[in-house]
Amino acid sequence: MATSSVSKGCFVFKPDFKKRKISVPIEDYFNKGKNESEDSKLRFETYQLIWQQMKSETERLQEELNKNLFDSLIEFLQKSHSGFQKNSRDWGCQIKLREIPTAALVLGVNVTDHDLTFRSLTEVLQNNVTPYVVSLQAKDCPDMKHFLQKLASQLMDCNVDVQSKEKESVQVTQKKIHYSMDSLSTWYMSVTQKTDVKMPRKKRTPPSQWQSPPVVLILKDMESFTTKVLQDFIIISSQHLHEFPLILIFGIATSPVVVHRMLPHAVSSLLCIELFQSLSCKEHLTTVLDKLLLTTQFPFKLSEKVLQVLTNIFLYHDFSIQNFIKGLQLSLLEHFYSQPLSVLCCNLPEAKRRINFLSDNQCENIRRLPSFRRYVEKQASEKQVALLTNERFLKEETQSLLENLHVYHTNYFLVLRCLHQFTSSLPKYPLGRQIRELYCTCLEKNIRDSEEYASALQLLRMLAKDELMAMLQKCFKVFKSSSEKQLGNTAKRIEEFLAQFQSLDAEAKEEEEDTSESQSKGLQKTDLYHLQKSLLEMKELRRASKRQTKFEVLREQLVSFIDSLAREYLLLPETQPLHEVLYFSAAHTLRQHLNAAPRIALHTALNNPYYYLKVSTSHLSFHFISQ
Amino acid sequence: MPHLENTVLCRESQVSTLQSLFGERHHFSFPSIFIYGHTASGKTYVTQTLLKTLELPHVFVNCVECFTLRLLLEQILNKLNHLSSSEGEYSTQITCETFNDFVRLFKQITKAESLKDQTVYIVLDKAEYLRDMEAYLLPGFLRLQELTDRNVTVIFLSEIVWEKFRPNTGCFEPFVLYFPDYSIGNLQKILSHDHPPEYSADFYAAYINILLGVFYTVCRDLKELRHLAVLNFPKYCEPVVKGEASERDTRKLWRNIEPHLKKAMQTVYLREISSSQWEKLQKDDTDPGQLKGLSAYTHVELPYYSKFILIAAYLASYNPARTDKRFFLKHHGKIKKTNFLKKHEKTSNHLLGPKPFPLDRLLAILYSIVDSRVAPTANIFSQYVASETITEERKQGRIEAISVTQSGVAAESKLGLSASCAAAHYHPLQSPLPASLQTFSPPPISGTLVVADI
Repeated sequence: MATSSVSKGCFVFKPDFKKRKISVPIEDYFNKGKNESEDSKLRFETYQLIWQQMKSETERLQEELNKNLFDSLIEFLQKSHSGFQKNSRDWGCQIKLREIPTAALVLGVNVTDHDLTFRSLTEVLQNNVTPYVVSLQAKDCPDMKHFLQKLASQLMDCNVDVQSKEKESVQVTQKKIHYSMDSLSTWYMSVTQKTDVKMPRKKRTPPSQWQSPPVVLILKDMESFTTKVLQDFIIISSQHLHEFPLILIFGIATSPVVVHRMLPHAVSSLLCIELFQSLSCKEHLTTVLDKLLLTTQFPFKLSEKVLQVLTNIFLYHDFSIQNFIKGLQLSLLEHFYSQPLSVLCCNLPEAKRRINFLSDNQCENIRRLPSFRRYVEKQASEKQVALLTNERFLKEETQSLLENLHVYHTNYFLVLRCLHQFTSSLPKYPLGRQIRELYCTCLEKNIRDSEEYASALQLLRMLAKDELMAMLQKCFKVFKSSSEKQLGNTAKRIEEFLAQFQSLDAEAKEEEEDTSESQSKGLQKTDLYHLQKSLLEMKELRRASKRQTKFEVLREQLVSFIDSLAREYLLLPETQPLHEVLYFSAAHTLRQHLNAAPRIALHTALNNPYYYLKVSTSHLSFHFISQ
Repeated sequence: MPHLENTVLCRESQVSTLQSLFGERHHFSFPSIFIYGHTASGKTYVTQTLLKTLELPHVFVNCVECFTLRLLLEQILNKLNHLSSSEGEYSTQITCETFNDFVRLFKQITKAESLKDQTVYIVLDKAEYLRDMEAYLLPGFLRLQELTDRNVTVIFLSEIVWEKFRPNTGCFEPFVLYFPDYSIGNLQKILSHDHPPEYSADFYAAYINILLGVFYTVCRDLKELRHLAVLNFPKYCEPVVKGEASERDTRKLWRNIEPHLKKAMQTVYLREISSSQWEKLQKDDTDPGQLKGLSAYTHVELPYYSKFILIAAYLASYNPARTDKRFFLKHHGKIKKTNFLKKHEKTSNHLLGPKPFPLDRLLAILYSIVDSRVAPTANIFSQYVASETITEERKQGRIEAISVTQSGVAAESKLGLSASCAAAHYHPLQSPLPASLQTFSPPPISGTLVVADI
């Protein structure tokens, strides 16, 4: 840069913004750092595709889970509002205190998730109940003035997007006006009267059989509002309730008792509070895991350590589903970034197609995979040579291995679910109550080696018939619901077991008669010595003849059947060749990013500065020495 | 005036005092009148009906609504303007920022023909809010007659006695009028007054009698009683509607309603369940015990570490620092018995309230009460910030259990973690303290754990 000035001095060069805005396309970041990386563009695209699918799936789940809550909320709003209109001439309603209908929405401590919930709630309300939905946050409203100002500006925005944009210029000037409840209610009157006239033409406000739609005010974090503001607002708005039909929604993170703690009786008596509780976030996590990881729909899988890190952050720190999903996204990104072979991490037909186009380098990568090497070592020597030298043969083999991996997963999840049905209701839950706990143990080590598994089987051997039947029924449903044919045999076995258990009933009765006969024979009139002797004899006899009943035999069979299923299908993923393609296992990077320890970071920075500075060691050490 | 006596019950002496104070229309009245009394003792109602029935020019302003000086003054002036101009005229909005302007504009407006030669009344309801505004405001209103040189009277309505108002300078003593609480007889009379048109007055009066018998011990608020009366009346009428009892069959009616009212006292009066839910229950005739009140949901699910941070903060704020070594260390050495529990320590620590503590101490206690090793990660640090916000809340709510000193906050910012506090903010107020706390907490506290939960 230069100046045309002749004199000496300081000149300010403003940074050229246009130059900076040329951004590197995101996929280029995938190239950086790793020179040997292959197919980076394709990998990035695959990542984006999978992430989009996962994201839409989670959104769909969220919607489903919230549906119940929202439906009941909408019902409450509609009911309370129609109450407004209907019996204003009733004797009781004239004398009664006017109460502001209030919904206390208990959402749990995972505050980071609330935003999403409120956003979708607002949308739902706007579509179904009223165009006037306003949500406020405590940090925006330190006092009454700001509170009303925010409320008013948001309300008028609501209105603007209903009407045309003619008012935009007015908007600017309105910002300066000091709002009071009076001005708000006059505004409301004017707007509703105006829309009344226009109503026939409007399509956007659907169920407007009410001539005055209510104003819904959502207080997102009710606990952090100052009590004074809240109290004053409630007092004021209850006085204006006739002209300004307000409905409050309190977002509560802890427990509904805070309403009473924050508001004195004189104020809380102005509210007509009804409680709504959202789903527990732990259940939410279980469904998310169930739909995202315990399925063959998405090829991407997490290794035990990574899953552990993510669930621990959830359970120990924040209970936040959003954070969990962010963590999942990070691991997905990290997987596609660091693993060149992740290009094959897509659905099976596509992966097969891609194998054909693999470069020599990539083939070499495959050969270097530890799991693949282990696989090669087990093969016959000719095949070994072929695998290591012949590219085409390698590709064919990889295709079949990938297919095997796919089959392995389908079976794995089916059997896992089946096992979960059996173990989830055992006393003391040796293998955990949730399927994710079972999944974690299965990933960690061979489940048949674990003590918990042994004790679970032990407990299964002690269950009563109807409990076992119920479990079998559920299990059967699991198999039925899956369309896969691989385990059709198993489903048949389970059905057989069910039938056998049912047929036991009749046989059991016969046996009972048997025992009663032998009992009656034992009791005869004798002297003491003989009695003692006969009793001893009977005892001996019973011990010897303590054969198993049919039920016990069948139960034993069932348990061993389950055991064989677990042995056959619940193998460790590490034993499968090419598992590195699908499994992300770099737990330490994830931990570094998500659950950083400041002290450790400081330590590394002081001990080993080039770790952060990204300068070569020699250069740096020279610098230190010279000082 | 017979009309007034019908609408304003049981306030004869106050009404006559006010009437004599007001005098004739053109007379100058007392410059300022201060009316006080409990909630629902009829202050607002009496003043309003009196001014309306006498058709005196007046402006009624609720100070809660006018949270700034400007709003208050503008509202008074606009309403006054509305009064002075005849109905058809459209008057513009007046803007007024200071009290000086107010006096000037007030003079202008009251020049109008319709307001001349008669006293103008300005009623300021909930006058206690004036104390929070500018200091000159209250004296200004007290001397409004003197300042404007107009025939004006300002009436203050408040629940607080005058002594708590009296400003330091420029004070003009107003005429103080006290509205005493209604007696039970008065309440009976007033409540019976608004009987529904379908039923006779006697029938309703009998009902009110029963209602007061149940509720009078806990609640003397007229508004609330009236609300309860309306809410439970359908249940009372039920036998009559069904034809099981006549209107005179008081005993039977009493049997029917009495247990019902007692239940209402526990749930509706405390707003455990909302009145609409109560009405629904009455219609369905189910047991209200099934419906859980708000306070039934006290359980809060918390993440593992947040729970322990809260416990640690609780311990740090209530235990004296010197006992830490004894409670949280394995080899703490011997303690002389005589020295340890001195007399003044026997007063419960809860009565003294939480004490400030340094952040390091909180951390140390946390590490010792969590079974497994705790890695000091950013996630945990950010929760300290969160727990500090809780502290603030507790301070305001006077249910304090934890308090963190300024030094704690300073230490926080030294760690440079204030950025991460945005990432995680919880509001775990009152978490149910798990049983494990019992083992960690020292004897004086474990005995009084319940106190914290009240």
